[in-house]
Amino acid sequence: MTDQFAGDEVRADGGESPPGNAGHDEWLDALADGDGYALVCPDGHGSLPPRRVCPDCGSTALSREPLPETGTVETFSVVHVPSPEFADDAPYVSAIAEFGPVRLTGVLRGVEPDPDAISVGRSVNVGVEERVTDKAPLVAFRPVDAADA
Amino acid sequence: MTEARVAGVGLTHFGRHPNRTGRDLFATAALRALDDAGVPRGDVEELNYGNFMGALAEHQGHQAPLMAEAAGLDCPATRYEEACASAGVAVREAVRTVRAGDADVVLAGGMERMTNLPTDEVTEALAIAADDLFEVRAGVTFPGAYALMTTAYFDAYGGSRGDLAHIASKNHENALPNEYAQFRREVSVEDALSAPPVAEPLHLYDACPITDGASALVIVSEEYAEARDVDARVAITGTGQGTDRMALADRDHLARTPAADDAAAAAYADAGVEATDIDVAEVHDCFTIAEVFAVESLGFFAPGEGIRAARDGVTTADGDLPVNLSGGLKAKGHPVGATGGSQIAELTRLLRGDHPNSEHVADAEVGVAHNAGGTVASAVVHVLEVAE
Repeated sequence: MTDQFAGDEVRADGGESPPGNAGHDEWLDALADGDGYALVCPDGHGSLPPRRVCPDCGSTALSREPLPETGTVETFSVVHVPSPEFADDAPYVSAIAEFGPVRLTGVLRGVEPDPDAISVGRSVNVGVEERVTDKAPLVAFRPVDAADA
Repeated sequence: MTEARVAGVGLTHFGRHPNRTGRDLFATAALRALDDAGVPRGDVEELNYGNFMGALAEHQGHQAPLMAEAAGLDCPATRYEEACASAGVAVREAVRTVRAGDADVVLAGGMERMTNLPTDEVTEALAIAADDLFEVRAGVTFPGAYALMTTAYFDAYGGSRGDLAHIASKNHENALPNEYAQFRREVSVEDALSAPPVAEPLHLYDACPITDGASALVIVSEEYAEARDVDARVAITGTGQGTDRMALADRDHLARTPAADDAAAAAYADAGVEATDIDVAEVHDCFTIAEVFAVESLGFFAPGEGIRAARDGVTTADGDLPVNLSGGLKAKGHPVGATGGSQIAELTRLLRGDHPNSEHVADAEVGVAHNAGGTVASAVVHVLEVAE
């Protein structure tokens, strides 16, 4: 169970640690290590950190549960006009995939950036890869052959 | 409770004005609205001003006092920000203020300056209406988000790029006589289908343009209008707002917009009308697919049925329920923070009979305006009725 007030203490060191996005950075690191997780309340609603309450029901009793190894593409788009951070990544496939109690948003790699090469319902795994443009960490899906899964 | 009336409307031309400051654009709209209303500026008791990306586009925060000054107003001034629904919430709060009896005259509207930035920077600025940690960093652009919703819609209900092209073509045709519209040229279904892709399945003519512009409305109490003999025939009889989860991935359904369902239900209940009472609508078609979501959320069509409305001629100018006679965001333009006010300005002109497209809705008595923020994490709906 996560402590709903963790991180709220007055810091003795004056807060000199480097700036970041506590909760999210930790989640991304876990995903990169193959230990991706969702926060789940007693009613089974899934969400992603940083979170102090379940956005569905308001419960503060959130537990970490491992993401399933394989997810399912629910929707996708081939993006041709990127933001500057993705200038050298385009064209790329933006996708939302369901992984158990949550949906994740990321870039689908390992497929041609062509709508005819992709379909809703495709099985994928998820990890953290680098953005082409600036090497920043990126949630990335890769297709999984259903027969091998 | 007093009724809120639209006493006057003002718009700038929507389009490319890369050298005009935001303050100049808003002053133009505000002065036009005050002139249209015949209300002295000294009577304005509050300014509700919508703006989304002024801190990025003009390096200017704290814009409300600046805009009050530019419009010659000396009154409390507040900026409202709700992405593309910023002016919609500014108007909604003006209606609530007047109804509460806290003010008799409120100037409400908004401004956005966009074309002074290069396209990639505008793309980046618009993306901040999405969840930065889980969407923007994961490659979601604003068109990309609507493209994700489009793929999900096609998968759930069917539909085609051709259906969307009919929406683009309809709205471009509606903009032809509109003096304020950015694009006053026809776009055929074939033109739309052959345009380059932006975020597939959406192509260039599925997307609204990048636009500079401002809108302003003079909202007054019924009593003020009567006492000062102000012509304020159009009343805002219903207002509603809805909110959804910020990130698309967290929504219950990827191909529906429940925040707009909620806003519409609240606005209809407030006005005492039903979807079948509506004669004309201005809806938030930032992308062609967004018009489909809007007409479904407004209750004109069941989920999955709105996609064919333009192709079947129901929502065209001569159809049973004309949608976006102004040209919509698609052809009139979308200066983000001004759009919600401009929809109500256009609807007011349509209902008063002084819009170049009023002839198509000569007997209309009830109109609805639908304004959405982001991928409809926010939605504001207003019902307008001819009061006398």
